[in-house]
Amino acid sequence: MKRKLVVEAKGLSKRFGDVVAVESMALDVAEGEIFGLIGPDGAGKTTLLRLLATVIPPTAGEAWVLGKDIRREAEAVRAKIGYMAQRFSLYGDLTVWENLNFFADVHGVGGDERGRRLERLLAFARLEEFRHRRSQQLSGGMQKKLALACALVHQPRLLILDEPTTGVDPISRREFWDILTDLHVEAVTILVSTPYMDEAERCSSVGFMYGGSLMVRDTPEHIVGMVPNTLLVAHLLPTASGRLPIREAQNVVKVLPGILEAQVYGDKLHLFVKDAGMALPVIRGALQQAGVPVSSLMPARPHLEQAFIYLLGKRDGEVHE
Amino acid sequence: MVRSMNDLMDDAGFAVIVEGLTKKFGDFTAVDDIAFHVLRGEIFGFLGPNGSGKTTTIRMLLGLLMPTEGQMTVLDFQVPGQAEQVRLRCGYMSQKFSLYEDLTVAENLRFFGRVYGVPPRRLRRRSREIIVMAGLAGRGNELTRNLSGGWRQRLALGAAILHDPDILFLDEPTAGVDPVSRRQFWDLLYTLADQGKTIFVTTHYMDEAENCHRLAFIHRGRIVATGSPQTLKQTQMSGEVLEIEVDCPEEALRSLKTDPTFTEVALYGRRLHVVVPEAVGARAQIQHLLGAVGVSVSRMVVIPPSLEDVFIARVR
Repeated sequence: MKRKLVVEAKGLSKRFGDVVAVESMALDVAEGEIFGLIGPDGAGKTTLLRLLATVIPPTAGEAWVLGKDIRREAEAVRAKIGYMAQRFSLYGDLTVWENLNFFADVHGVGGDERGRRLERLLAFARLEEFRHRRSQQLSGGMQKKLALACALVHQPRLLILDEPTTGVDPISRREFWDILTDLHVEAVTILVSTPYMDEAERCSSVGFMYGGSLMVRDTPEHIVGMVPNTLLVAHLLPTASGRLPIREAQNVVKVLPGILEAQVYGDKLHLFVKDAGMALPVIRGALQQAGVPVSSLMPARPHLEQAFIYLLGKRDGEVHE
Repeated sequence: MVRSMNDLMDDAGFAVIVEGLTKKFGDFTAVDDIAFHVLRGEIFGFLGPNGSGKTTTIRMLLGLLMPTEGQMTVLDFQVPGQAEQVRLRCGYMSQKFSLYEDLTVAENLRFFGRVYGVPPRRLRRRSREIIVMAGLAGRGNELTRNLSGGWRQRLALGAAILHDPDILFLDEPTAGVDPVSRRQFWDLLYTLADQGKTIFVTTHYMDEAENCHRLAFIHRGRIVATGSPQTLKQTQMSGEVLEIEVDCPEEALRSLKTDPTFTEVALYGRRLHVVVPEAVGARAQIQHLLGAVGVSVSRMVVIPPSLEDVFIARVR
């Protein structure tokens, strides 16, 4: 059975003067997905999210969000979604609890349900002990969690989050994603943009935006699977002086037959090969002959980032296959 | 003390030695008694969240900020005492690439060359080299504002090395550029390191830190671990990471989260990552738990932890 679409866009475009920020975009997001939007600065990610959140109107095209038309029913869309902008606005001189109540008022959340719901959100965001603290005195990570809680007061079925974890410390970032995972388990749909590739790996589906369009959109597994070559990771042993002979190893390996790419990656070497079975003994032999001691040489799953580099290169006709 | 630090530097080829470094701003301790060293020709990553003390440390190493306490030696010079000598031999590139938008590529290089006091003839030669190195050939007359993020970033790096410095300080250099440009940038850094230049780079991107030869984790002004990415993963991680593939990841997640043994349970696409005290016992426990709720496991393997896993294990 096909799942219900929460976002459906066709030919969606936005121009700012001569600049095309979003170009004739088609996008379907099914209920319950965590859809991650990645791409460089200026690719159009924020504009796309603003269009879907009805913050700005499109220049052309159409889109439905939770079944509502973003042009004609913008008010209805806004009432149904939770949206967290990159520069979200909390009231700095209000406490955590007051901020939550303010947003509950804005969304007309009242009655017996209200207190219980706000308490639950407070617990959810792990902010119970900071209830009476002014929001300007919270750490960056806590402010983000509070902003998320405020975006959830009306129990939206779709959350639109624009780089919600940028600049947040690793522990808060993890907690933030734990909260998103809990929402995902409750079948809330999440549209999130991020500059971090490791966060993209956590999404059920990823769209790579480039120059106003989606270049790829698939599950992380499938995107990584689009790389036809095998990645081998080589760890080396340090020489007597304590240095790792990575460059030496790269120079030895990169000229061997069957090696498509040999990249230094910190304290290891990443090798893309066509056929791991054939390449492994050749690489081992060549390194041994050159006197470069190898501690391990093993196939590994490429990173999403490497998959995008491959796909961009292929599009630009720079890839050897 | 000073003498022994110099001896150490000569013997092993250290580019930076920091001992007992502290910086207080009023009541707030931004950098709290840190010590580390950087080898010559090494790419050294200073990794930590925003506000952890990274930029404060760089500013002290450059002699722009007086330490409250501690010793710093950069390229055999004492800082801040001999900071002037250091400044001539170091390049600096900040997060907000400090280029003039309304100047062309060539004009920006000329401007920064003069700032660094590079003689005109040498400057012409260096500019040509750098334009080639940064992949900007044929774009010398283009306005900087029309360059994409990746090109601008490589130009900013070029401007920082016009005077052929021995050490480069890069403060969050790759924020907001696309993956291909990021890769090209790192390849440039490896080339510079090969030429013997030392590179000190700060980042809050945990996955990017994998690019460094060696790292220091900084958290709330204190260094919590140092070593190569591989060493950190092998020695600083408490517990192991299991990657699990199941038929119903949401149900599996719900069930594993109810068990306090598993401090970290995360969904990665359709896979689960679970941090466990030790894999052997945990496997059986997970099989049992998931079996009880009717979830079947198709694959369960130990995977290397990410640097973020290690960082979190260290600071929690």
